[in-house]
Amino acid sequence: MSHDHPLDHDHNRNHAQGGHSELSAVELRVRALESVLSAKGYVDAVALDLLIDTYQTKIGPRNGARVIARAWVDSRYRERLRRDATAAIAELGYGGRQGEHMIAVENTPQQHNLVVCTLCSCYPWPVLGLPPVWYKSAPYRSRVVREPRAVLAEFGVQLPAATAIRVWDSTAEVRYLVIPMRPGGTDTLDESELAALVTRDSMIGTALCHT
Amino acid sequence: MSYVNHADLGGLEGFGRVVMDDDEEPFHGEWESRVHALALAMGATGCWNLDMTRSARETLPNYDHLSYYEKWLAGLEKLLLEKSLVTHDELAAGRAREAPLPVAQVLRADQVPAVLARGAPTMRPANDAARFQCGDKVRTRAEAVSHHTRLPGYLRGKPGVIERVHGAHVFADRHSQGRGEDPEWLYTVAFEAAALWGQEAKPGDSVSFDAWQPYLERA
Repeated sequence: MSHDHPLDHDHNRNHAQGGHSELSAVELRVRALESVLSAKGYVDAVALDLLIDTYQTKIGPRNGARVIARAWVDSRYRERLRRDATAAIAELGYGGRQGEHMIAVENTPQQHNLVVCTLCSCYPWPVLGLPPVWYKSAPYRSRVVREPRAVLAEFGVQLPAATAIRVWDSTAEVRYLVIPMRPGGTDTLDESELAALVTRDSMIGTALCHT
Repeated sequence: MSYVNHADLGGLEGFGRVVMDDDEEPFHGEWESRVHALALAMGATGCWNLDMTRSARETLPNYDHLSYYEKWLAGLEKLLLEKSLVTHDELAAGRAREAPLPVAQVLRADQVPAVLARGAPTMRPANDAARFQCGDKVRTRAEAVSHHTRLPGYLRGKPGVIERVHGAHVFADRHSQGRGEDPEWLYTVAFEAAALWGQEAKPGDSVSFDAWQPYLERA
């Protein structure tokens, strides 16, 4: 449910629907659509369940966190990730839909990277899963290209004055993954411990990694 | 101008603060997950392409008032009706009344992993040499167009620099109109934030986007 349109919560509710149904209007509409598409043989119910399970349990930001942790511990992998992210990410078994052409952009003390899709919701699914509601919302999409520092402040991120910001607007089929800076004091951590420090938002650019 | 894109939000004012999610759940309500799966499964039938899907959603007259997956739902219904794959009566009744139309493919469960792993790469062999190379100064096309495009309004008529050459890719503008893939060279173009927003921008900050060659002219 979108947070930027609080009315959605109300207009989806349809308590006048015969009294015995607790389903909202939109739920009934989706059910009707699925019934028609299944009856006509256009969709396979088992395939639908598998698609849902895939995006609910298999594809998510833990994939991207593994990529970042590998880049932090292995400088040659990091170089491959910067040169050809699609291939480097495929080394860890991730790729495909909405990540056919991926580019990794590395945060440094000189440049902080932020990713957006002002026109819709383009996002690197194989490494980050499906995008959060805020990423798809009008406030983020409209403002981050124009006032990135104000938006970052709302996420609790304050960058040094000397750090420039690059906002990447994902307008074609190229998908962007931010390589956040490795936090200090993590020399003794192993790859899986490092992966646990990598948040979804840090790979979009709206957060930094902390110990 | 008959084509109205309600999704071109970059740089607009008045939407308020960004509201963070309370969780990392991909779906909020089972119906959202069903809509997502239905859209992917119907996309796999080959009855339309991804650019047509984006076009269907961005032209919804009530775009601003729909939640994200309501847009997906309305866009999917619109495409199904346009292609006569379903009728209004069928959607209202929740049952099939007409014979199905033939579709190129029905996505089966055993095909799902391979179909997702393959995705839909858009890079194609180039028909000609790239017109621009890294470092070239360009200007984006200034005029609005009356069809789906991936040149955002806030980047029209702006001076930028070619930063990366991606090869030739399926050209969204024509692909969305059913005019074939018609691959065009794709570039990352970078803009000084000040060239977009004037004095409110911080010097050194920048914005980039991925532009097909027809969006660009030499500056």
